[in-house]
Amino acid sequence: MTYVYFPGCSLTSTGRGYHESLQEVCRALEVPIQELEDWNCCGATSYMAVDESKAFALSARNLALAERLGNGSTQMMVPCAACYLGLNKAQHYLQEFPAIRGKVDKALAAAGLAYSGRVQIRHPLDIFIKDIGRDKIAARVAKPLAGLKVACYYGCQLVRPYAEFDDQHNPTTMETIMTVLGAEVIDWPLKTRCCGGSLTGTIEDVGLRLSYIILTEAQKRGADLVATACPLCQFNLECYQGKMNGRFGLNGKVPVAYFTQLMGLAFGLSNKSLGLNRLFVPLPERRAVAAGGGAHVRG
Amino acid sequence: MEKWQGWDKIQYEAGLDPHFGTKIASIPGGDKLLACIQCGTCSGVCPLSPYMDYTPRQIVAMIRAGFKAEVLSSYTTWLCASCYSCTVECPKEIKITDVMYAVKRMAIQEGVYPKRFPTPVLASEFFHSVEKTGRSTESWLLVRMYLKTNPFKMLKQAMLGFNLWRRGRMGVGVESIKRKDELHRLFTAMENETRAERRAGQEVRP
Repeated sequence: MTYVYFPGCSLTSTGRGYHESLQEVCRALEVPIQELEDWNCCGATSYMAVDESKAFALSARNLALAERLGNGSTQMMVPCAACYLGLNKAQHYLQEFPAIRGKVDKALAAAGLAYSGRVQIRHPLDIFIKDIGRDKIAARVAKPLAGLKVACYYGCQLVRPYAEFDDQHNPTTMETIMTVLGAEVIDWPLKTRCCGGSLTGTIEDVGLRLSYIILTEAQKRGADLVATACPLCQFNLECYQGKMNGRFGLNGKVPVAYFTQLMGLAFGLSNKSLGLNRLFVPLPERRAVAAGGGAHVRG
Repeated sequence: MEKWQGWDKIQYEAGLDPHFGTKIASIPGGDKLLACIQCGTCSGVCPLSPYMDYTPRQIVAMIRAGFKAEVLSSYTTWLCASCYSCTVECPKEIKITDVMYAVKRMAIQEGVYPKRFPTPVLASEFFHSVEKTGRSTESWLLVRMYLKTNPFKMLKQAMLGFNLWRRGRMGVGVESIKRKDELHRLFTAMENETRAERRAGQEVRP
């Protein structure tokens, strides 16, 4: 079965490393994906604040295009947390509120489209664990991430309010994958706390403070790096660290990578193909592995 | 004797909008708003509430009581990052995040949001760029937002932009879908439907 891949706007710019590493990892795991042809904006957070029904229409166009591709049993792979929420929200509202459904159906018809409601919107974390399975992932590991302490960070919109694949308060899918890759995961309470979202660009002081709280907690709990599953979380947590150093006294730099980049690393794929050259804060050298997987030494 | 200075702080029943609460509650699944028990769980779990002028619990109480002017011009809704913590924790299952969205939309429609505050400007710019091209181009979105709020800040962000560009994480082109006509037909039809609803005398949701 081929998954219809919906990258979303962020994965074409700030989140390119996610786009690249996800495709590489899917190739390595033999998960067939096909990018949704002529996809449009999901109608995310900022759009919803101006016109809700048009936001649903935007998502509905994507769903209609995906359904046309998949012959009635379409599985859509949506890596961006905001797109995942936006598309799922539209799906729920179309199912629950006939008035919205009627309006969107008429608008789709005017554009020569139709949507019957049968597309399943799924996050790669969900697909990797439920459909591919940890055994297949484990079989592909060539260079285990031994000695690496990872703080798995889910952010907000991936698990709230619609995710059914994991727990809203204490999701563990990413931890399962990281453990299979040979990494050590830390236990921390902020894995679904908000990173500040678009506030880092608008009300910077508040947005940065939220990101700082997450990074500093990960540091205090001994994490070597933070793994993310959302392009906005990754951007906020990584690209403003210089400012956080100056403003709040963030201690040093904390690498922040997509969970797919870490999967690719463990699979032995090249840094460039995983978009690791695009990171602002390079990943830690894998000293412990070179030393034979002994105690991890913090530099 | 000196004149008392506090008159403008006093609220009278006549100054409230008795329909404001029910109007906001008319959003899909919004009727539970009126059942709020003021427990404060929303304010407790909200990571942004320490920075807000009214906490989410206060905003819900004010909406229900009809403090329209105060709610629409407050900073609270524009600080909401839509993380849905309040929505999933509310014991009365009030969709507080969606209530915040409804307030944002009404504030934009009525033009009463805090002026030159970046969040509503970002939302409007995002909306218009997607309306035109079907996609959002992060670089140009930010440039337009800074030009309309604080052009000086854009200069301060230039280094970040350069570093992103250097790593291939930000382009200078504009992202667009191919079949823009299809999208425009979709939008026009949605607008016509909304107009028809209004003509039919239906309550138009914020």
